[in-house]
Amino acid sequence: MRITVDEVKCCGAGQCVMVAPDVFDQRDEDGVVVLLDAEPPAVLRPAVHEAASVCPAAAIALDRRG
Amino acid sequence: MSDVPIEQPLDYPLPAPAALEPPAEWARLRQQCPVARVKLPSGDEAALVTRYEDVRSVLADPRFTRELNAPGAARIIDTESGGLFNSPVANTLAAEGHARWRRMVGKWFTARRMAALRPGIEATADRLVDGMLEHGQPADLVTHLAFPLPVWVICDMLGAPESDRDRFAHWSDVTLSLTEYSGTEIDAAQHEFTACLTDLVDTKREQPGDDLLSELLAVTDAEGRPMSDAGLVATAQALLVAGHETTASMIAKMVAMLLADRRHWERLAADRTLVRTAVEEILRFDPNGGFGLPRFLHEDAEISSGLLPSGTTVVCSMAAANRDDSAFESAGELDLGRSPNPHLAFGAGAHSCLGQPLARTELQVVLDVLLRRLPTLDLAVGADELRRVEGLVVGRLHELPVRW
Repeated sequence: MRITVDEVKCCGAGQCVMVAPDVFDQRDEDGVVVLLDAEPPAVLRPAVHEAASVCPAAAIALDRRG
Repeated sequence: MSDVPIEQPLDYPLPAPAALEPPAEWARLRQQCPVARVKLPSGDEAALVTRYEDVRSVLADPRFTRELNAPGAARIIDTESGGLFNSPVANTLAAEGHARWRRMVGKWFTARRMAALRPGIEATADRLVDGMLEHGQPADLVTHLAFPLPVWVICDMLGAPESDRDRFAHWSDVTLSLTEYSGTEIDAAQHEFTACLTDLVDTKREQPGDDLLSELLAVTDAEGRPMSDAGLVATAQALLVAGHETTASMIAKMVAMLLADRRHWERLAADRTLVRTAVEEILRFDPNGGFGLPRFLHEDAEISSGLLPSGTTVVCSMAAANRDDSAFESAGELDLGRSPNPHLAFGAGAHSCLGQPLARTELQVVLDVLLRRLPTLDLAVGADELRRVEGLVVGRLHELPVRW
């Protein structure tokens, strides 16, 4: 699984940080998403799926290949 | 729009059989009339969308604009401006440039900032519960807890004096009015509210504090431009109104929903790790979610339920969409462990609620404090005796009598 985030779409809701803090963070100056780990270990996948699913701006994309 | 039957428009907001029951029309509209003609309090007509896929796509699609001041757009209420969504505050914020404004204010709503606010919110909730215990039972949870907590939180964040909270509450009520107040009353309240917050911004300019307004006065956007004075005042107004009314209403509705079938409350009291998912599920399940969000089309636009012609005002019912069985398994059931829960209570897309992290934090903290302090909490009246406040943009309960 490979994650990409769209900083332009991001609305700073912070749900991804709450759900998967090892994978996502936010810039302090404006709350925009920071991707900490684009290829997280399998154990974090459920949390990453939840984060992508609940992102109000649909700014998190998951590539399931590889 | 072949699936829109020729019939009289429905009066909107839709009536509901009881405070904690959704409007009976939601299920019929989602199934049979996903784009429905409705008549707004102003008398103008709009198209109501109720399916999850439609509401989500309309809210995320920039062709569905927020230009409720455009010629031909439906007015929500029968006043000159047409209501909240075309108010001077809404238009001033739009003039600041939405993306720019969002980035400037966004730093106050990060997950890290929420974690830092949590102890203060918890201490305040504890203090308010102390007050309710002192008052004795039965007590109205709206007066003692649901209403004062969010006011304290947003005043603290903005650096606004808590002593002004009764005035803020009144202005906020009037701002969110659909039918309760006249156009003259709304204009007068708006004028006083603006004057008061202009004074507050001036005070912060002279004596900066550790608060959102002081910091907004000191910062600039990516191009080095500061926020305009009108933008600062409008920001303060928007955050005060949005920051307390919606959360106050939701705290009361949350407790009411959990106590109406006490098995929900007992499940949480036995396992407080469910608080996070429980709050999301309560937000999804809200049967009294308020007016919804209006949008205006300057061009024809296709959504999955049909073609919407240019010139249409669309009202998105997020609350109806949140009960859509095609998006949520057993959508009519309250499942406190539901995950993931991509509900639309805060909207969707670029304009989804700025304050949602704060609302979530407050709801989680207040629920956790109540479960810890008052595990025996119960309704002091039957759930069928609870009453909705009618005529507001937000869905609210008059009172919530509880015992413990």
